[in-house]
Parts: sequence; structure tokens; C-alpha cells
Amino acid sequence: MDITTFMQQMINGISLGSMYALIAIGYTLVYGVLRLINFAHGDIMMVGAFAAYFAHASGIPFGLAVILAIIAAMVTGILTDKIAYKPLRNAPKISLLITAIGISFFLENLFNVLFGGVPKAFSAPNYLTKIIHFHGIVIPMTVIIIPVVTLILLFIMLWILNKTKYGMAIRSLAFDIPTVKLMGINADFIIMLVFAMGSGLAAIGGIFYAISYPSIDPLMGVIVGLKAFAAAVLGGIGSVTGAVLGGFILGFTEIVVVAFMPELGGYKDAFAFVFLILVLLFKPTGIMGQDLERSRF
Amino acid sequence: MKAIKIAFLVVAVVFVWFAQNHFDPYAVSILNNIAIFAILALSYNLINGVAGQFSLEPNGFVAIGAYVTALFLIPAATKIDMFALDAPSAGVLAMHTSFLPALIMSGVVASILAFILSIPVFRVRGDYLAIVTLGFGFIIRIFAMNQPTYTNGALGLNDIPEKANLYWTGFITIVTFVIMLNIIYSKYGRAMKAVRDDEDAAIAMGINTFWIKTYAFMTSAFFEGVGGGLMASMLTTIAPDQFTFLLTFQLLIIIVLGGLGSMSGTILGAVLVMGGTEWLRFLDQNMDIFGYNTGAHPGLRMVVFSILLIVLMLFARRGLFGNKELVDVFRRSK
Repeated sequence: MDITTFMQQMINGISLGSMYALIAIGYTLVYGVLRLINFAHGDIMMVGAFAAYFAHASGIPFGLAVILAIIAAMVTGILTDKIAYKPLRNAPKISLLITAIGISFFLENLFNVLFGGVPKAFSAPNYLTKIIHFHGIVIPMTVIIIPVVTLILLFIMLWILNKTKYGMAIRSLAFDIPTVKLMGINADFIIMLVFAMGSGLAAIGGIFYAISYPSIDPLMGVIVGLKAFAAAVLGGIGSVTGAVLGGFILGFTEIVVVAFMPELGGYKDAFAFVFLILVLLFKPTGIMGQDLERSRF
Repeated sequence: MKAIKIAFLVVAVVFVWFAQNHFDPYAVSILNNIAIFAILALSYNLINGVAGQFSLEPNGFVAIGAYVTALFLIPAATKIDMFALDAPSAGVLAMHTSFLPALIMSGVVASILAFILSIPVFRVRGDYLAIVTLGFGFIIRIFAMNQPTYTNGALGLNDIPEKANLYWTGFITIVTFVIMLNIIYSKYGRAMKAVRDDEDAAIAMGINTFWIKTYAFMTSAFFEGVGGGLMASMLTTIAPDQFTFLLTFQLLIIIVLGGLGSMSGTILGAVLVMGGTEWLRFLDQNMDIFGYNTGAHPGLRMVVFSILLIVLMLFARRGLFGNKELVDVFRRSK
């Protein structure tokens, strides 16, 4: 193992980790506020990737297609909340989880029926797929762009959560929804905001995923969603910084283990699960998380 | 009361006997399917509906049950011919028993795995169980793909001796039903319901909630394993791709439709959902609506079922039976 290969794998790991991080933020935000695992989150990412694909394929410039995809994912996320979660706010948790599964399965199968289950090749403009050679390390442009965008988005999220009025409302919802309502805050609007932010980030993650593995299919969100959730738990669910950290750790582990122990390659998708079990066994609050019942971003 | 219960049992037994001997093969195959899904859904309802622990693992345990039974039933010579990717391991070759021990072994192996899973999962409450068990379903498939010396990898196992008939599936359904009802009305069943309704209160009443949850999870896994074994023997061929989340999803629809916590409802749910799946087959095929050909839409049935699930949860959360049993209808109101 020379330094070039090592650097190469590090760069790949950062890129993969960023994608998990972007999706994990959505899980952590929704869990922080509603104490709900949004099973449909991975599929909202899929919706974003498909929207970008169709917008770009119909001739819209890529930048605009990305914005349209983010809007499409946000609308899907908000509708999911309005239709499936809002009527059940006071119902037992198990009902919410079942509707979440229902929405997830609905989106997967709807896209399967509408667009077919065959993976579609995802084409991105040249300035994104261009490859740079740097001292023997092969760096696709996306691999640089993805972590940078992720970090920028992380700081924007932290700024929104910690410095703005809306962020304060979101943090207070995480403590106690009925009291927040009594303080005159429109809780449903704030929850909608949370779903919009999480879904928008998921769409960006989905588009990055689609560019890196240049194909998309209706089931792409399932396993990525599961891994991103594991990343969120690893980082400490409810903590945005933790979600990003967990995403990076998971991405690194996958790349590094497969690079150094190729015979484990077939089990790549199982690492997230092993992490999840280990975290639950030894530190259920994750790296950055505080008390599970009362976590604050 | 007792007379009514016995009457139900007799009717069920006679029906199974009559169906096996007088129904045409297509009807028997549908009944077999319904019976197997009823076994799986009954056990799934114990952990989800009665103990209130939302888990998504049945596809994993069913896969394990199916593989264990298949490996026990297939003769060694056939195994050597079948394992194309890698030679079968010595242990796999040595495995050979008759049908009933194979089924029991399936259940035991699934149950042991459930115990191992419950240790990390029940340390935290609620929805972690859902995501860990969902992951478990994926992992089992990944292992089945990557361990060709035990499972023949993605090719799966075929030529499994067809031992299961309606006697097996039907009678095991009845046995499962009776056992589940006995658990529900026992000390343990009441403890499970207490955990479901208010875990803190249950702890305060001196219930060891970890053990109660683990007990429900292991019992549920046992019957899911047995059901998987029956499925393997009925289909005679199994592959990792059969045990996707779709299977869990169908079971979830069944128990939600029948009523979380109601075993009678689960049986009715199994009949309606599996019968409905058969009946809605036309949705996936070419349709002519007023002369306009819609083309084939594989997966449309599942869109319908997922909408059904969401609508049920939004408007009829209690399902058909709520958490009542059929015999409760005959019970005098207090």
C-alpha cells in the first residue's frame, strides 16, 4: 500500500461519507423534533434524483435541474408529513411508523410502475465529471465538490438552527411540542420547515449519489437510507454535527475496509448495520448525542 | 365458551381435511399460501400487536427457516450436484433429517438469532427495533449471497423435496393459532400487553420488560422460522431474492388489516390479503380500459396495497377486529 493508493481511498471515503452525511441530517432533524424514524427519507432522496434526471433529460440546464429536484423533494417531504404524519401526531408511535413504511413502499412502487425498475444512466455535465490527475491520484471533480458542498450546507444548517428565530423554534419543538404551541409558535409550520430542509438535503445527497454511481433506480433509496440512518445513530441522533460526523465515519469505513480487505467486499452493505448494533450495545446515545429522550441538535 | 372453541377447532380440522382431498390443485395451492402467511402473520402479530414492539424482521427469519429446512431435506448427493459456485461444506452435507425435525430446527435457529438481536435492540426503546430488524433482513440476504458453501449463493437451492401439503400447513396454522391465543391469555401475554400500553407502568408493576420483550421476539421468530421451512418445502426452490422486504410488507398489511393484537383478525387478514393479491393479479397485466391498452404494470398491486395500508392507518387504525378475538363475540358483555 503506497501513499498514492492510500490518498486515493481517503478521497473516495470523504466523498462517500459526505453523501451519507447529507441524508443523515434529514433523519436527525425529523427524529429530533418528532421522535420518528422517517422511513420514507431514503425514498425522498430517490425522488430528488429522479426529478433531477428528468429535468436534465428534458433539456433544462443542470444547475436549474438541481434546484427543481430540491423543490420536488421538498414538496414530497412536506406532503408526506401533511398526509401521513400530521393526522397521527397524537396516535401511538407504532401507527406513525407503519404509515412511514407505507409511504416508503408507495413511493418505491409508484416510481417502479411509472418509470420501470431498470436502472437509468445519470448523465451530469462535463464540469462535474471531469477528472483531475494530481501526483498520480485520480480525482473526479465531484469528489472535491461533494465534501465542500456538504460542509457549506452543514454550516448553513448550524447557522439556521442556532442563530435564527426559526432555528430556535425547531430546537424548542425538540423539547416539548405542546408548550411551544402555548408560546404562540405555529408548530405545524415549523415541522413543515423541518421536513422541507431534510428533504432538500436528501435531494442534494441523491443527486451526488446519482453522479457518483451514474445510474438511478426506484429502489436506490432503500439501502442508502438505512446506512444514513445508521450514520445518524452513530453520530448521536438529534445532533446535526453528529450526523455529518457519523456519515464520514461510515463512508470511510466502507471504502477503507473494502480497499484493504477485498474479500469482505460482498459484505460492504453490512458494515452500517454492524455499526448500528455496536453503538446500541455500547453507547446508545452515539458520539455527539445527549440523552436520547431529550436530545438537542 | 369451551364448546364454541372446540366447535371452531373441529370446523377448522374438517375444512383442512376436506380441502386437501376435494379441492382442485389451484385452490389447494392458494390455501397453502394463505396458511403459510397466516402462520407468519400470527407470529408477527405477537411481537408487533401484542407486545407493541414494532419490528420489521420476518423476511430475515423466514429466510433462515427456509434455508435450514431446505438444507436438512435435500439429500447429500443432490447437494453436491447443486452447489455450483463452491463445494458445500461438510456440515451442510451431514445435515439430513425428516420434515418435522427440520421444521423444528428452523424455528430454533431463528429463535436463537432473535435472542442475539434482542440484546442490543431492547437496550433502547421503540423505533430502533424497527430499523435494526429492517437492517437484519438485508444482512441475512447479503450473507445468503456471500456464503456459497452454505447457501449456494445467488443461485439458491432447488429440488427441495415437496413435503408440505395442506395437512402440514393447515394443521401448523391451527397449532400456531391455539398457542398464540394461549400465550395472549397467559401471565406472559398480559405482561406483553402491559409493556405495549405503558412500559414505565409495567416496570413499576414489577415486570421484567426486557425478558418479556425478548420472550415475545423469540416466540415470534420460532414460528417465522417454521413458516419459512414450510414455504421452502412448498415452493421446492428458494433464492435470496425471494426474501426481500416485500414479504415483511405483506405480513404488515395482514396484521394491520386484521387488527394489531387480534389473532382471529390475522387469519381473516391473511385470507383477504393473500386472496386479494391473487384476485388483483389483473392489475399487473395488460388491461383494456374502454379500448385503451394500459400496458403491463408490474408492481401496481403493491401501489394499491401501500395506499391501503396508509388509509387503514389514517382512518381505521384498529383494523377489522381491533384487539378482539372471534370468541369475544360470543362472550356475554360484562
